[in-house]
Amino acid sequence: MLKACLIQLVNAPRRASVIRIPCKFLALWCVVAASIVRADEITIAVAANFATPMEAICQRFEQDTGHKVHLAVGSSGKFFAQIEHGAPFQAFFSADQAKPAQLERNGLTVPNSRFTYARGRLVLWSAAPEAVDATGNALKRGTYHKLAIANPKLAPYGAAAVETLKNLGLESSARKHLVQGENIAQTFQFVASGNAELGLVALSQVMRNGEIGSGSAWLVPETLYSPILQDAVILVPGRNSAALASFWEFVQSKPAQRIIESYGYASPHSAAQAR
Amino acid sequence: MLISESDLSAIWLTLRLATTVTLLLLLIGTPLALWLANTRSRLKGPLSALITLPLVLPPTVLGFYLLLFMGPNGPLGQLTTSLGLGTLAFTFWGLVIASLLYSLPFVVQPIQNAFAAQGTHPAEVAATLRASPWNTFWHVRLPLAKPGIVTATVLGFAHTVGEFGVVLMIGGNIPGETRVVSVQIYDHVEALEYAQAHWLSAAMVIFSFSVLLALYLVQQRRQTSAQAVVGLRYEP
Amino acid sequence: MSHNNTSNPQSGIFGRFQFGLPPATAKSDAHSFVLDAEFDLPGSGVTGIFGPSGSGKTTLLRCIAGLQHAPGATLRVNGETWQHGRQSLPTHKRPIGFVFQQPSLFPHLSAKGNLDFACRRARTQPAQATINDIIDLMGIGHLLQRNSTQLSGGEQQRIAIARALLIQPRLLLMDEPLSALDNARKQEILPYLETLHRTLDIPVLYVTHSADELARLADHLVVLDNGKITASGPATELMSRADFPVPLGDDIGVLLQTTVREIDHQWQLARADFDGGAIWLRDHGDAIGTDIRLRILARDVSLSRSPTEDTSILNRLPVQVQEISDDRDSAMALITLGAIGEVDRASSNPENAEPDRGTNALLARITRRSLAHLQLKRGDQVWAQIKSVAIAR
Repeated sequence: MLKACLIQLVNAPRRASVIRIPCKFLALWCVVAASIVRADEITIAVAANFATPMEAICQRFEQDTGHKVHLAVGSSGKFFAQIEHGAPFQAFFSADQAKPAQLERNGLTVPNSRFTYARGRLVLWSAAPEAVDATGNALKRGTYHKLAIANPKLAPYGAAAVETLKNLGLESSARKHLVQGENIAQTFQFVASGNAELGLVALSQVMRNGEIGSGSAWLVPETLYSPILQDAVILVPGRNSAALASFWEFVQSKPAQRIIESYGYASPHSAAQAR
Repeated sequence: MLISESDLSAIWLTLRLATTVTLLLLLIGTPLALWLANTRSRLKGPLSALITLPLVLPPTVLGFYLLLFMGPNGPLGQLTTSLGLGTLAFTFWGLVIASLLYSLPFVVQPIQNAFAAQGTHPAEVAATLRASPWNTFWHVRLPLAKPGIVTATVLGFAHTVGEFGVVLMIGGNIPGETRVVSVQIYDHVEALEYAQAHWLSAAMVIFSFSVLLALYLVQQRRQTSAQAVVGLRYEP
Repeated sequence: MSHNNTSNPQSGIFGRFQFGLPPATAKSDAHSFVLDAEFDLPGSGVTGIFGPSGSGKTTLLRCIAGLQHAPGATLRVNGETWQHGRQSLPTHKRPIGFVFQQPSLFPHLSAKGNLDFACRRARTQPAQATINDIIDLMGIGHLLQRNSTQLSGGEQQRIAIARALLIQPRLLLMDEPLSALDNARKQEILPYLETLHRTLDIPVLYVTHSADELARLADHLVVLDNGKITASGPATELMSRADFPVPLGDDIGVLLQTTVREIDHQWQLARADFDGGAIWLRDHGDAIGTDIRLRILARDVSLSRSPTEDTSILNRLPVQVQEISDDRDSAMALITLGAIGEVDRASSNPENAEPDRGTNALLARITRRSLAHLQLKRGDQVWAQIKSVAIAR
């Protein structure tokens, strides 16, 4: 919009030469003002599951650089639809790989900006302290009433949960006990409130400062499901932002990776090895 | 045809839910509305506010508290568990309870208004004709409140059909049990299945429009008898 | 239609109501209304409850019906206790019929539906003949299939009266049943009410603020003012008083209880006799021996010192001036007149004779100038010329 305004301001005086000078001055002022804004502030859409580590990363980044990062937290599916329809996000941290790739194919991203920023880990979790043992027998025994998973159609963690059940040979026996959250956050809530005894949720949801915060959990072996890789991409509106460029550098740095891992995500680089 | 089997199952479930909820709401809402229309009790204010609460609260708040309330540690959850019913979250009857709360103001208010508009006069006339209060309720107050009850039925049904947030929070998306049309649409949209979302959404729009149009037409036709009711209202 | 029931202690309507209404429900909004009324009314006939608006007539009637909560009240109707101490029959258990001021048909029922509503709930299911009688009495046979919202106010009120009768009440309460109607409608219904009151054998309490309705309908009268009963007695007696407790203005006059004694077929006149004389009036077809009630308004009576023969006025009665009192209009005076039959008794002891303002006196309303011109004083014998007579019943 600002650009359109500038073009108009620059073009208009050709026909009305009397007001050319003040208009040019105004146009110049706009360019300066706009560049100040763009240099300082960036707006990023973040998948809900990654919101907490992202806040920690941004806090560090803002301290180090003085830039300001605005975060929009929500479901990847909604962000995808919004970006398709011209939402002004400068970058997008998706919960999966498919959506950034699709945006890339649609020409809505900055080429070669896409990278895998985190690898999610699936965990079998119960709010009750000793309901889940370290071998995941709670799942195999099948004595529970409800097992919460994320909607496999919508959430990568849901797809991973279904894949895990399939690989354990439990898919059909578990089916009648399954309840689905629309996203992984809601799934966690089902389990945390006790309405479902067990849930296959994200490790990042139950991990605090490197350990399981409450309840009991079994870290599902990564051999049981395809890696949950989460990609980020710079979008067209972020094309010329110097601040975003430096953020992109920072988020792939060692300190940022340590923050990500402390929240229960695996390093994306080891993900490549896993496959 | 883009309406899949799971869409049909969602439609059928939604109709079943809305019908159950509407019938129960009329059963609960009518006496409640009558009491509210007549009482001078101090409890009237707080109770009215409580009933109206779902009108202004985000459904997520209601859903969140219901989830805690119905859970194994919540009071309702402990009650249902001790009765051997298990917990109500992720069940049809859990949705029914949530919908009852959520749609209650839409049923209570039109009926309450209808009763209040009658004033005390028709009931007094009936009493002088040897009709007991119970008899008066069935043969005078209820028939006179019919336009309000029709409105309440339609609004209660339509609102339950259109319910989404609360179902999302406590439903668990179980096909045939808690996956209603609105959730099904949400899933289609989230999964970028826009064509299927269009079909169901259009069906919802047409349904809601037809229901409301029918309601307004019926109300217009009733205007004359509504005036008669007002004419009967008279405070000496 | 005698209401002389004092010999039978089981008969009569006795009530005592003493309570205040909070300002919200009282008619006057400045201060709360207090009803303080004790009465012992005849157990049959029509008792008019009369008074200015806001005097508590309707409240009293609602108390009797049990529609108005009246703490600590006592009410006995023809030997049955309806309310005493903490006991109070709810309205639907009181054997009453109630006709409201406003037409009060149920709009969701047809006219017939409204009548059926009453028949189904009557103390004893009325026989079809009774139902037909009542329908004929109120002249509503042709209205039955109509929707109650399609009826005129007068028609609705006739249905409402029929409905109140079909419940087979032991006491009929009528709260200004004509006041919501225009004059034409009133004239339409009044004949039905007159017939009704002649045929009905149950007591009727009839609230009104119309002297005309009272004159035509009431046997007995209770006058209310500001929640208190200021007068009570037979209607003919009370309504003939010059000092009637409620200002009547142009409506002041007397009620005469008369009997038709002669019919003059040539001139189509009838002679109605009363204790103090006879009145000629238009023959309305009443048979000889019929009791009729005549209403003679004070403004229709003029006085003269001599028996003028050359006048078109038909009725000239010799009367005696019993009392001269002020009228509300300062240019006018009210003269209470005794029939000449009583003159002898009054004149035999003129000094301490308390002029009898009982029955069968006339009232004349004349200008003060005429009063001075004729030099009228108590005890004078004059001729009363009656310009107009109305049959009240």
